[in-house]
Amino acid sequence: MVAVAKTKSRTKLAEQAHFRTLRLPSPFQPRLEALAAQQDWYDWAGYKAPHALWDDELEYFAIRSQAALFDISPMVKYRIEGPDAEAFLNRVTLRNVTKLKPGRVHYTAWCDDEGYVLDDGTLFRFSADRFRLCCQERHLPWLLDSAIGYEVSVVEETQEVAGLALQGPTSFAVLRDAGFKGVEKLKIFDLAEFPHEKGSVTISRTGFTGDLGYELFVPVKQALSLWDRLIEGGKLHGIRPMGYTALNRARIEAGLIVANADFVTGDSAIRTDRLRMPDEIGLGFMIDPAKGHFNGRRAILDARQNKTLKHVLVGLEIEGNIPAEHAIVYHRGKREVGLVSAAIWSPTAKRNIAIASLQRPYGDTVVDDLWVEIYAMRELQYHKLMKRAKVVPRPFIKLDRRTANPPGER
Amino acid sequence: MTSFDAIVVGGGHNGIVAATLLAKAGRRVALLEARPELGGPARTEEFAPGFRVSVAHILNRLHPEVVKALDLEANGLVLDASDMPSVALSADGEPLILTGAYGEGLSGASASEAQAWSELRAQLIRYAGILKPMLARRPPDLSGMTFGETSALGMIGLSLRRLGKEDMRDFLRMFLMNVADVSDDCLTDDRLKGLLAFDAVMGSHLGPRSPTSLLGLYYRLAGEIGGKAGAQITPSGGMGAVITAMASAARKAGVQVRTDALVARINVQDARVTGVALGSGEELTAPIVLAATNPFAALMELTGPRNFDTGFVRKVTNIRMKGSVAKLHLALDGLPGFKGVAEQDLRGRLVFAPSTNHVERAFNPSKYGGFSPEPVMEIVLPSISDTSLAPAGGCVLSANIMFAPYALKEGWEKGKPKFLKAVMAQLERVAPGIGKQVRHAELLTPPDIEQRYRMPGGHWHHGELQADQMLMSRPVAGWSGYDTPVDGLYLGGAGSHPGGGISGVPGLNAARRVLARKG
Amino acid sequence: MKNWDVIVIGGGHNGLVNACYLQRSGLDVLVLEQKDWVGGAATSRSLTPGFVYSNCSYVCSLFRPEIMRDLELPRFGLQVIPYEGGAVFTQDGDYLANYRDHHAHRREFARFSPRDAEAYERYACDVTRQCRFIQPLLMRTAPDPTSFKPRDIGELIYLGRKFSDMSAEEMALTMRFWTMSISDFLDEYFETDVIKANFALSGIIGTALGPMSPGTAYVLLHHYMGEVDGSVGAWGYARGGMGAVTQALAASFQASGGTIRTGAQVEQVLVKNGHAQGVVLAGGEEVLGKLTVSNADVKRTFLKLVEPKELPDIFLRRVKNFKIRGSSGKVNIALGSMPEFPALPDDSPCYRGDLHFTDSVERMERAYDDWKEGRWSADPFIDMVIPTTLDPTMASPGKHFMSCFVQYAPPKVGGREWTDADRDGFAESVISQIADYSPGFRERIVHMEVRTPREIEAETGLTEGNIFQGELTFDQLLFNRPVPGYAQYRSPVGGLYMCGSSTHPGGGVMGAPGRNAAVEILRDLKRGANHVSAAHDVI
Repeated sequence: MVAVAKTKSRTKLAEQAHFRTLRLPSPFQPRLEALAAQQDWYDWAGYKAPHALWDDELEYFAIRSQAALFDISPMVKYRIEGPDAEAFLNRVTLRNVTKLKPGRVHYTAWCDDEGYVLDDGTLFRFSADRFRLCCQERHLPWLLDSAIGYEVSVVEETQEVAGLALQGPTSFAVLRDAGFKGVEKLKIFDLAEFPHEKGSVTISRTGFTGDLGYELFVPVKQALSLWDRLIEGGKLHGIRPMGYTALNRARIEAGLIVANADFVTGDSAIRTDRLRMPDEIGLGFMIDPAKGHFNGRRAILDARQNKTLKHVLVGLEIEGNIPAEHAIVYHRGKREVGLVSAAIWSPTAKRNIAIASLQRPYGDTVVDDLWVEIYAMRELQYHKLMKRAKVVPRPFIKLDRRTANPPGER
Repeated sequence: MTSFDAIVVGGGHNGIVAATLLAKAGRRVALLEARPELGGPARTEEFAPGFRVSVAHILNRLHPEVVKALDLEANGLVLDASDMPSVALSADGEPLILTGAYGEGLSGASASEAQAWSELRAQLIRYAGILKPMLARRPPDLSGMTFGETSALGMIGLSLRRLGKEDMRDFLRMFLMNVADVSDDCLTDDRLKGLLAFDAVMGSHLGPRSPTSLLGLYYRLAGEIGGKAGAQITPSGGMGAVITAMASAARKAGVQVRTDALVARINVQDARVTGVALGSGEELTAPIVLAATNPFAALMELTGPRNFDTGFVRKVTNIRMKGSVAKLHLALDGLPGFKGVAEQDLRGRLVFAPSTNHVERAFNPSKYGGFSPEPVMEIVLPSISDTSLAPAGGCVLSANIMFAPYALKEGWEKGKPKFLKAVMAQLERVAPGIGKQVRHAELLTPPDIEQRYRMPGGHWHHGELQADQMLMSRPVAGWSGYDTPVDGLYLGGAGSHPGGGISGVPGLNAARRVLARKG
Repeated sequence: MKNWDVIVIGGGHNGLVNACYLQRSGLDVLVLEQKDWVGGAATSRSLTPGFVYSNCSYVCSLFRPEIMRDLELPRFGLQVIPYEGGAVFTQDGDYLANYRDHHAHRREFARFSPRDAEAYERYACDVTRQCRFIQPLLMRTAPDPTSFKPRDIGELIYLGRKFSDMSAEEMALTMRFWTMSISDFLDEYFETDVIKANFALSGIIGTALGPMSPGTAYVLLHHYMGEVDGSVGAWGYARGGMGAVTQALAASFQASGGTIRTGAQVEQVLVKNGHAQGVVLAGGEEVLGKLTVSNADVKRTFLKLVEPKELPDIFLRRVKNFKIRGSSGKVNIALGSMPEFPALPDDSPCYRGDLHFTDSVERMERAYDDWKEGRWSADPFIDMVIPTTLDPTMASPGKHFMSCFVQYAPPKVGGREWTDADRDGFAESVISQIADYSPGFRERIVHMEVRTPREIEAETGLTEGNIFQGELTFDQLLFNRPVPGYAQYRSPVGGLYMCGSSTHPGGGVMGAPGRNAAVEILRDLKRGANHVSAAHDVI
């Protein structure tokens, strides 16, 4: 017989209560709730996140014409530290981490042995041996197993760190007026620490909109005061908190892809034909064959050499103005060659744009005579439209203010 | 000379076979062995003044192609020694004796049991024969089979068909069964069933009632000596003679043999092997490095995880390779007497595993890091056939003891004397008075074997030989064909297909793979 | 004297499924059931006033939706209520819960190990891949690999193609999956004992193997088959107890004109010139039928109901060697009030799901070691549910029915038959384990039904009380189930078929053997099977 000991710890007991709250509140929840006139929430990685707060169209225009504030706290974050952190990340991720200087951020991705993309994300380098990796999916076992043979620690810190994205032409002015001295020195993909209350906030000139913008990370305890500080600083600059619908439009215009929306991540793909190599989702630019060994290197280089890449991710411009969301792509109007994963009418480019995954050679060497089949639901009936599609470069909009130095004020 | 066409790491029998084969094909080959002598666990060592023994103590699967490729007979190996009988010891009654090649004859059993055994034996040997070709070749490549692989599989399919309908059905049914059910279905004699149970699970972390345990018996019966399936011998001159003959073949072929040459690192540049660094600091270069060592040691310790992808590292660290067998060496001051065993049968293999359940009970505690007070064992007295192993009048006893878990919960430092006591108590049951004959006892636990032979886990197959770690999954799925993700780095030890035992096949196949790839 | 088109021996769920399909194809079918009620091991009976027990099987998940639809079971009263959660109690007074919500599930695991919480994703994905491979095989007749018939070769090619459609990585995983122990398999994903125990239990339920036995990873799949690619099919309770399943089947059968005779124990299958003519009942009555289908297990059918002289030696030998091992028992408990589990918060949904006390694989394996020695487990593995938390029809208000499925219980105790004292000792091991976690539990017990393999065999006729009518080891799966050469529901006796869980794809309240057997019978009769739905696509 096994005796039941009565030694459960208090913290473990307190943690039991999580089942009562299925969607975690973000550290900014009190502010979001107060503004969420629509009460239109969705599940972002287990957090309660807004589709829109008051009006998604106004929120979108805040990104392009003023400043928009978006809660990115639910993003999965890993703290990676140790003398071997650089070597470790160079082995795990595609891009050359030795080229990422302290105080810089880069967009990268990582693959399994077969060269299939497990996820993409941003890598922040705080110092020689301290990093943060932000991404959509969870990868702790992969990162820990990758750490075998390296002196490095990997800790998941999603719940400890709050994040905000401040995006739009006046975002710099907001930060300046909020009192972040020296923020004008940040060039695109720079990061620096700025004092906030008794601690500090990490501000990077990064974002997911293709516009001038910043991302800010603080310990959750300082989350609300940071929010208030930004709102206060943005009073005269049209700052407006927003939800995902607006952000999604901006990111499509910027030609950015989203894991498990535009491609399926390796660990969650049940059907093997859904797996994608970096070259198949437009991330080939990250691959640095000269940097030494990294996960998937062999498979990726073999696929390039043997020309066995099966797919390609392209930007499409489609005639007309009806968004081609989830439309099937045809060659010569007959042969099915792919699928649109994201599409909008771009209010800024004034073009009907889409991101699509095509089967090579379509989209790669064969780019003419492509069509999309759009089913537009209007008053309970589908209008089936066959529209011409043209492969165009991404991003669909290019804004000089995104990279301008010093940053513009309006 | 520090530059070679190929470097073979590890001078165990597989390393010698691989090096010799490469040298015979005209390659300049260095064979590096950390110890002063070649042979790995098959080498003969002194364990008490005047008493010598080798950890591997029986020859039952030295592959004919290896004998031929190395011309071992011309190099002095004599394989015509007559078969050793297998004696199934009984604690309180008469032993049962299997004579000839794995029980061609059976003495000490009832006539009906002898008949039942002869039928079962024939069936098992027939089925093992189907698997035999699989065990001699490189496993098929799942990501795309060559014509050769497809036709080899076709041949196996054909031989299966040739069994006839009902026999084929039984083959397919029995393939992954446990040995206990098969012997319960066919036999009644506990001694015989105990022996089969022991032989099937020997060397693996399985009990006779564990599904798939019959595979161990098939593996044994797929081995042959002198064309006889299941035969076992101690070659004249002992196991040392095998290594001596192999080493002689290697030197004749021009292999540069370097002993006392501990490899500290396998060097890799741009995902390509460049050579090795020795413990002395010396660097040797070669475009090919064939590691005839434990795969974990070769990949994780010598090459290092940084040269591999994470998924591969995961697979290698998941290889189950914790040994379950301890090795006992006794220096005796005379020939021991085993109850009911005639003196001429003492040159055989004496197995104390009185019933299936006894073996199962010996296995049970090992699942939880303990050992049974009544371990089971296989005993050989090698000094009978090779008198040089013991001083005049003395006798060497060599025994494989199961189950000795690699990670003993209480730790082997504390546990070893207790285990030795349990083992001696069992020995005393079958050989009364043996305790008084012992001049010296050496007990090698899996951690001891690990340390002495650089075999992580101390597992004599360098990784569990269970269904999920066989064939295309050995040593890891996707890399079962002796190559590795690092170009030019090959694996040719027992951790590769088909597995352990003194067969030489992993080394042979690995060398053939190297030659096939480089043209 | 009436000569029925078909006689079905045994009114268990597979017999009824088989009978329903055959009756619906226009045949005149008679079901003979030895008890006074139908249902076999899927019954609901009241043994004490105010309580209804699910006496044997107690949860519903594997039942094929295609069969439910074909036989209109919802119309005939079948209602299923899904579990709301589940938990494993740990020895330190905590528990590990399984929550339906994906993120709650992850956060719960993270209480024990952040790594394991995130490892679950890959585990679930890998297991789902395996289920997708196997699920379509459930509703297909296994091919005979020794046959040259076009149909067998076609099926073999189908299997081969399904296998070769996989990537090399998947193939390798599949081969390993089919041969690994669930313990070794879980070790490759998880580090926490209780989390491993939480999954390992699906690898042992119903089998005479421990979690460290090779082959138990496959058994886990067998229990997961109800749930593929996130489609609804999670475990749940049949409202009114598991008898509701067979009652709905019986109603469906009778509505289509079928006849059920209860209290009719078959003593023998009448065979003339190698062909079944019908059966002889206890008491000597002969019932004639052109075809006979046995829902009994293969040992009972061919070692007890058919004379040996009618059967080829090799077939008899293989039937004798077929392994049907009693490994589990059942304790059904009527409770005067809801038991308390202080470890579990009052508002936890886990009360309305499956509860367990075995928090390590080692404890599970040690329970198995007891079985190997012919003892019931001193520290048993219990799969405990309280259906009345969701189904008020099974007890009066405030009172509860608790079902405990218990492993391991040997077919014989130390080589001899079970005695009543043994049975009480077995029950005590269960009650004392529950009472360790639930103060005052004993005082709530109003009535108890204790079923060792002896009782299960006596009532249901299942040999050794084995719930799967035969072990789910590789040597007894697919074309080897129940015996090689007769894995297609036919037998050496003309006109005598098998439709029980001894046949492919095996046990659990799934209905597939009964349906598949009906398909083969209709094929032999050259009758259409349009009313038998093909298996749903797995895309």
